[in-house]
Amino acid sequence: MPIHFWLNSHEVTTKEPAGRLVLDYLRQTERLVGTKEGCKEGDCGACMVLIGELAGNQVAYKPVTSCLMPVGELHGKHLVTIEGLNLEKLTPVQQAIVDEGGSQCGFCTPGIVVSLTGYLMQPWARGDKDGFKYALGGNLCRCTGYASLLRAGSRLGKQFGNGAAGNGKKAQNSIESLIKLNVLPDYFQTIPERLKRIPSFEQKNDKAKPETFVAGGTDIYVQRGEDLPDLKVEVLNLLPELKGISLKNGKLHVGALTTFEEFAVDPEIKKVIPEMPEYNLLNASWQIRNRATLGGNIVNASPIGDMTALLLALECDLILKSGNKQRTVPMKSFFKGYKVLNKKPSEILTEIIFPVPDKKTKIHFEKVSKRKTLDIASVNSAIKVRVEKGAIQTIEMSMGGVAPIPFFMNKTCEYLKDKPVNRQTVLDVLSVAMNEISPISDIRGSAEYKRLLVRQFIIGHFTRLYPEYLTVREFYETH
Amino acid sequence: MKHIDAAAHTRGESQYVDDMPQPADLLFAAVFSAPVAHGKILQLDIKEALSMDGIIAIYSAKDIPGENQIGPIIQDETLLAEDKVHFIGEPVALVVAKTGELAQKALKKIKLEIEELPVVTDPREAFANGQIIGNSRTFALGDIEGAWNICDVVVEGRCDIAGQEHVYLETQRARAVPLEDRCFRIHSSTQSPYAVQKSSAKILGLSHHKIEVDVQRLGGGFGGKEDQATPWACLVALAAWHTKKSVELVLPRHQDMEMTGKRHPYSSDFKIGLTKNGKILAYEVKHYQNSGATADLSTAVMERTLFHSTNSYFIPNVKIFAACCRTNLPPNTAFRGFGGPQGMFVIESAIAKAAEKLGMSPLEIQYKNLLQENDVLPYGQHVHDARSRKTWDEANKSYKFPAIQKRIAKYNETHFETKKGLAVMPICFGISFTSTFLNQAGALVHVYTDGSVSVSTGGIEMGQGLNTNLAKIAAKAFGINQERVKIESTNTTRIANMSASAASATTDLNGNATLIAVGQILDRLKSLAAKELGLSHKEKIVIENENVLFDGKATGWTWGKLIQTAYLNRVSLSAHGFYATPGIWFDRDKEKGHPFAYHVFGTAILEVTVDCLRGIYDINSVKMVHDLGRPINELVDRGQIEGGLAQGLGWMTLEELKFDEKGKYLSNSLATYKLPDVYFMPDVLEVKLLERIDNPSGPYGAKAVGEPPLMYGIGVFFAIRNAMRAFRPEIEFLFDSPLTPEKVLMQLHADWLDDLTNGRTVTSGKAVKAKKEKVEES
Repeated sequence: MPIHFWLNSHEVTTKEPAGRLVLDYLRQTERLVGTKEGCKEGDCGACMVLIGELAGNQVAYKPVTSCLMPVGELHGKHLVTIEGLNLEKLTPVQQAIVDEGGSQCGFCTPGIVVSLTGYLMQPWARGDKDGFKYALGGNLCRCTGYASLLRAGSRLGKQFGNGAAGNGKKAQNSIESLIKLNVLPDYFQTIPERLKRIPSFEQKNDKAKPETFVAGGTDIYVQRGEDLPDLKVEVLNLLPELKGISLKNGKLHVGALTTFEEFAVDPEIKKVIPEMPEYNLLNASWQIRNRATLGGNIVNASPIGDMTALLLALECDLILKSGNKQRTVPMKSFFKGYKVLNKKPSEILTEIIFPVPDKKTKIHFEKVSKRKTLDIASVNSAIKVRVEKGAIQTIEMSMGGVAPIPFFMNKTCEYLKDKPVNRQTVLDVLSVAMNEISPISDIRGSAEYKRLLVRQFIIGHFTRLYPEYLTVREFYETH
Repeated sequence: MKHIDAAAHTRGESQYVDDMPQPADLLFAAVFSAPVAHGKILQLDIKEALSMDGIIAIYSAKDIPGENQIGPIIQDETLLAEDKVHFIGEPVALVVAKTGELAQKALKKIKLEIEELPVVTDPREAFANGQIIGNSRTFALGDIEGAWNICDVVVEGRCDIAGQEHVYLETQRARAVPLEDRCFRIHSSTQSPYAVQKSSAKILGLSHHKIEVDVQRLGGGFGGKEDQATPWACLVALAAWHTKKSVELVLPRHQDMEMTGKRHPYSSDFKIGLTKNGKILAYEVKHYQNSGATADLSTAVMERTLFHSTNSYFIPNVKIFAACCRTNLPPNTAFRGFGGPQGMFVIESAIAKAAEKLGMSPLEIQYKNLLQENDVLPYGQHVHDARSRKTWDEANKSYKFPAIQKRIAKYNETHFETKKGLAVMPICFGISFTSTFLNQAGALVHVYTDGSVSVSTGGIEMGQGLNTNLAKIAAKAFGINQERVKIESTNTTRIANMSASAASATTDLNGNATLIAVGQILDRLKSLAAKELGLSHKEKIVIENENVLFDGKATGWTWGKLIQTAYLNRVSLSAHGFYATPGIWFDRDKEKGHPFAYHVFGTAILEVTVDCLRGIYDINSVKMVHDLGRPINELVDRGQIEGGLAQGLGWMTLEELKFDEKGKYLSNSLATYKLPDVYFMPDVLEVKLLERIDNPSGPYGAKAVGEPPLMYGIGVFFAIRNAMRAFRPEIEFLFDSPLTPEKVLMQLHADWLDDLTNGRTVTSGKAVKAKKEKVEES
């Protein structure tokens, strides 16, 4: 079945290989060269495009890096490039950048216009500086130092206020009002009806087994970007049933294709992990979070995956499916060795389930990376702990970047159970922790540094969660 | 005035080399490069690669019809390796294919048999082995040996200063198009079209005039395309020469990072002597520059390190030694600041260490020794119009240093886990190419009969706003609307023998050349108008707002009428202007002279907060007073200041080049090499321009702006270090940049490391073997 979608204001049906990158398709096949290639691994955002997807009667848009997205996933969607945003005159986004000197060499600029426009389309958009940082988290600019871009943002904020163009709390209002405000071309109005007419993708007559699965693609395309266009790729995002978060019998059920962004803003998740939006900022840029999936993060099995480290401390069960067969694997026993999983090649991770913690249980996440945002951690760690009368009742702790697998600190947790929260406990548990981990020196830091971070994180977890029992200062009094 | 290209940039309509419409015959190239850092080539096997579908040809050194030599200053660099390779990433062969993907795939099928030779990556080791490029040089002032005896305190130390990846968002690229009569047009993303023209002509054995180089714009350069855009342009020219077809080469990011040089890392030893009051009497420094495998621009970069080793300070007794040390790394090259920042980092480190020894604030030592009018610099030039103190005083007045110091002291008293640190960074940067002959430029100006104007210069638009400045200069000089002025691409058939767009001097040189060309046309136009209008004093004629005025009064002639009349009267409406910076010279035998037209000054104050438990930090604010002369275009200049600062901050903190001992570059992607993002930059950024003072050397009184602001970033190193000192005052922290979170944490807690590793196995990188991925991505 050909891939059928809308590219800007044109309808496209194509037999491009499903695994080909949207960026290559745009620049080489369509010669839409306003979309630039800067790094081809999702770090720079020069290739930013908008993806519009039907949600009921409306189309919801989000900016994504086209260098990590397979063409196969475009089916039934609206792909918008910088060319598809241009009007006869400059849009307010473009004008703000011009007026504030936000474009120098210009190479990153189309991607920035796409991100800012995509941001203005969000009903939850905020018109303040933090809002525009959020919008530009996935765009690198080597010329401006961002100050002029944030000034452009501030101008837009003043112009449009909070929420999509100031008056829309719903997606439909936002598109309409943005068209009126000349932020978007008017053909956007016709897109919902047009997308509805595209038949959903059927993989019939296609007995050949996929050679690889792609979810968000944010890691597999970084690792194997050159091979994937030649492989038979199954695009998992065409299976909408793997999305969504629901609460059933005291447990949260999270579809494996839930993106980082969807997870972080979900009201049920926020109830359980109130700081989730802040952790989210550390984990990836908005544009990458729009693509990266929880399931992909787990199955990729990077020892340093941020979301994996967090989930590992939440007592998750993983649901694996192959055809009609289904089994449950506790996440703690899912990782067998470096990128070796308790999973058969034909199995797909479909769901992540974890219990809602009680009111006295606290969750905390620590991460250190060279750059605070959109960088891979040197070490990350999550803890779920319940303390009563100063003593640890239950504790779950993960550490990323200290072993060949996303690591659950089994012995450390065992040792800490029933211990009082105080300086001596933390000092004593360090030797247990140090014996349990096996970090190596690599690009993210020396083994010694990672050991030191494990120590600092254990102190960090307890001093942040229980300042009434423990302060950082106590650990330095001997010095 | 807005950036002249900005509207097209925001619409994605600006064309970079590979955005131009593709000729029907276009082929695509990819570069096969050395996999080991030093070795003898035994055999290059291209058979399998050549047999792949879609592969047109593979070229190596033996296919070069002319001379296989592209070294810009010293002839020590081949385009394609011959018998030996000297760094990982050194080009060995060029694949030409029907598509870029096929060319990349063929690279994996090329086999290179190499006999490995010893690898040196450390500049001090190279120096000890006698591996020096060119000659070592020494600048001296006063009597350094005698001076040590009169110092109250003498402090010595060592600095290790990291390099920096340019990360121009547009990687290196070029397209060659064959023309008739064995001529070629090369579209290159280069800061130096003439370097491309010269080298590709040499490679092909052609005269310069057979090669036309055209540059529309660059997606960033920062020095990385001053000399190192040349090989890629030469390679496509070579392929076009053989195939007689158009050929394009775009380096993928990781190949660009592996194959091209970076800012030079330095290792330096310093010795500084002061009175007990903080007056610096003597300063001696030895710089070991890590030059990489070939000379490239290293000797010129080293020269600027010599010039800027005392930064903004007057020191009566000085000895500065520097050597370019040859290592098996990619040839390091120009990068904004061009060796100057490394020189400044060392003197700032020396002052920081002296302040600690004297128990004095570094600010006090810095201020006490700032340059004053007519002070002599170690290279013999006396400072004129010194603005070091002026910018410092102005910054102090505006931002109130003592109040900030007090606030920070209070914060540090009341906070344990986090500490704040402050540093002040004064800068003094010389403007002009230090090789005097390069300070020349040409401009070609045409006026068409409809009154529209075309300006060509040798300068390159790489985002810095050159074209915006030129348009403003030309329009102002003619007295016409800016919309009438178009700045053309930079093309070697219109402007010959241009110098690179570098040294912050591009607007100075090309703007002045434009003024000269415009002046010639204006002179002819005024003579004509005087004659036609029967006016005796042509010098009283001016054009303002497109009207011809005499003695301030309207003559009834407009710009349009003037041009029409000139054309009908057969008056030339074209002119070529040539500018050579006056009054500059340097004698390299004596190491004295007057190499700079002028200096740019400024002072910044930087504030950071360090999370001492985790080793991470935030840059809270950077506030500065900067000297721009009389800016041509404040919006454009402000962009240069803010962007330069960002690069300086990145260089000192998170931008870390990692090579292993075999010379393999580990941080070869933007996933592993981090540069400032929007969250990294300080929330408070204040830029104040010194009251407008004319600079006699710059067009319309402007001062150069490209490089100097980068050096404010050096201050962030010392601000973080001061915060670390607030947490652990008893530790002597290293002068080892970049000051990454890892280095912060490891230095703050060095005494904990034994406890954490003793008696336990610290698994080395080799112990855990990465197993091949056995599972599919879900």
